Amino acid sequence: MIGRTRIEPLVSAENLRRTYRSRKGLFGATTDVRAVDSVSFAVMPGETLGIVGESGSGKSTMGRLALGLETPDRGQVFYRGLPMPPPGTGEWRKLRQKMQMIYQDPLGALDRRLPVLTQIREPLDIHQPAAARANEEAAAKMLARVGLSPEQGARYPHELSGGQRQRVVLARALMTRPDFLVCDEPVSALDVSIQAQVVNLLADLQAEFGLAMLFISHDLRVVRQISNRVAVMYLGQFVEEGSADDLFAEPLHPYTRALVSAAPQARSAGKAERVVLAGEPPNPARRPAGCAFHPRCPVARPECRVTAPELRSVGPARRVACHAVEAEILSFGEVA
Amino acid sequence: MTDQTLPAATAGEPIEHSARARRIPLLVWIAIGWLVAMVIIALFAEALAPYRYTAPDLRNRLAPPGHALHWLGTDELGRDVLSRLFISIQISLLIAFGASLISAALGTILGFLAAYFRGFIEQVVLMLADFQASMPFLILALSVLAFFGTSLVLLVCLMGLFGWERYARIARGLAISANAQGYAAAVGQLGASPFRIYLRHVLPNIASTLIVMMTLVFPEVILLESALSFLGLGVQPPVTSLGNMVGYGREYITRAPWIMLAPAVTIVLTTLAVSILGDHLRDKLDPTLR
Repeated sequence: MIGRTRIEPLVSAENLRRTYRSRKGLFGATTDVRAVDSVSFAVMPGETLGIVGESGSGKSTMGRLALGLETPDRGQVFYRGLPMPPPGTGEWRKLRQKMQMIYQDPLGALDRRLPVLTQIREPLDIHQPAAARANEEAAAKMLARVGLSPEQGARYPHELSGGQRQRVVLARALMTRPDFLVCDEPVSALDVSIQAQVVNLLADLQAEFGLAMLFISHDLRVVRQISNRVAVMYLGQFVEEGSADDLFAEPLHPYTRALVSAAPQARSAGKAERVVLAGEPPNPARRPAGCAFHPRCPVARPECRVTAPELRSVGPARRVACHAVEAEILSFGEVA
Repeated sequence: MTDQTLPAATAGEPIEHSARARRIPLLVWIAIGWLVAMVIIALFAEALAPYRYTAPDLRNRLAPPGHALHWLGTDELGRDVLSRLFISIQISLLIAFGASLISAALGTILGFLAAYFRGFIEQVVLMLADFQASMPFLILALSVLAFFGTSLVLLVCLMGLFGWERYARIARGLAISANAQGYAAAVGQLGASPFRIYLRHVLPNIASTLIVMMTLVFPEVILLESALSFLGLGVQPPVTSLGNMVGYGREYITRAPWIMLAPAVTIVLTTLAVSILGDHLRDKLDPTLR
């Protein structure tokens, strides 16, 4: 091992599980909802891991766990090899300088009673309150970097457009020079024309600051554009993971196939036939036995109803959890 | 031609709009004027009063308003109503402002504590609030005053317990929703301490609601003090307060209504002015309504 340079993952997680307890009515029985179940991942410095999935698939919970905003019921999140301190502690607060979040609703994430420039400099005011003058200059510089004018910096959040607000949130998140960013549906609340601008800005800033990102979205095109690797979530579990190009070019899991075929494509309009999923959208409170996807799966096999498939490596940096795919690979004799 | 006039018109519009929004309505000016007058009277009551408020003028007992020596008339002992009114305003405002501030501070702090810690502490705070709300305050006040005797400081502190549960519930609810909504959670996610989150972000955001709450509680405190004084457990004679004057003036309501009308009108106008000002402040303090 000595002498061999191995890149340590910036953020990694082992076997995460997060369960929410919900109760129906006053005396109703409690049901446990596993928002995230047995998820492991690693994000390398400067890399973007995209997470896609339907609503309710546990994407956002994943993001919150990765940032340490919530404590997993099982498993552990590591930042630079060190376990995540419990939320609210001084150590945890200090670590916020290194990891930040971009929200779906920028208006909700901003204090509507403070001018946006004041909010952009707030992270510095929190972590280095002594350097007021330097903080102000740094904030003004960052405001210009995200493409806002000083005049816009003096405004209140409600006086800005959605795209401008998201720029403010971005500027605020980058003030302390973090190296890890969790973007939870950062553009899905924005106009399509603005989406591209914000995604481009995000990509530029990522290159400039060397950010690693966890990019959560249900918009496959955006994820494909910005991610190096992509993981597909279904009912709290990863069903497929691979490099963005491979995964979108040749989806293996039947769920991924359905997702990819459902995404509108400009060029190959009539070429690929669409896989339309049957059945209800998943209810995380009533997870089917065996493979969670089997009631909607077009290629479900008898064993899918009984045993849950494990996430197995099926190629370089490619993992998939599906009995059918495993069987297919066996019969074709591909190297697993 | 139109090309030249159009930009001028659109440029002028927002300025005119903001000027109109910034102008304070006449009613609010009157309310501010009245409250300023009340505060000045309260501060300089002794200097402004034409007589000592206890000095009797036995030859002019029950003199009606408009009397050459006593503008607002005299009471049954010939004491000058105007002088007594000034002292009453001083005492009543002291009690009402002091009590309102104490209950607002107490309620907001407890509400924030409940919202921050949740769990057991929240349950305790809510239980205390329920207890306070279900207990008729007058009975609580009567028992405390009967037990400890009356003093001005005790009275202010006791009144400060009045209405705290309303602030606590509102502060707790709004703080929890602020955390759920995002901005408070977002600031926490930046690494801010709870003090910073609650004092710098949550408090300014919910201040408008608390101020409106205060303008609702303020008149009630004045009325409560009046009720206690009326029952003889509030401010003790010879010291006087607005409620005290109303209470003792009641006996002469048919023969000398001015004794109780002067303080009653003052109570009504002051509480009304506070309400108008509070309503205006609520709009002013919210930048999204500007």
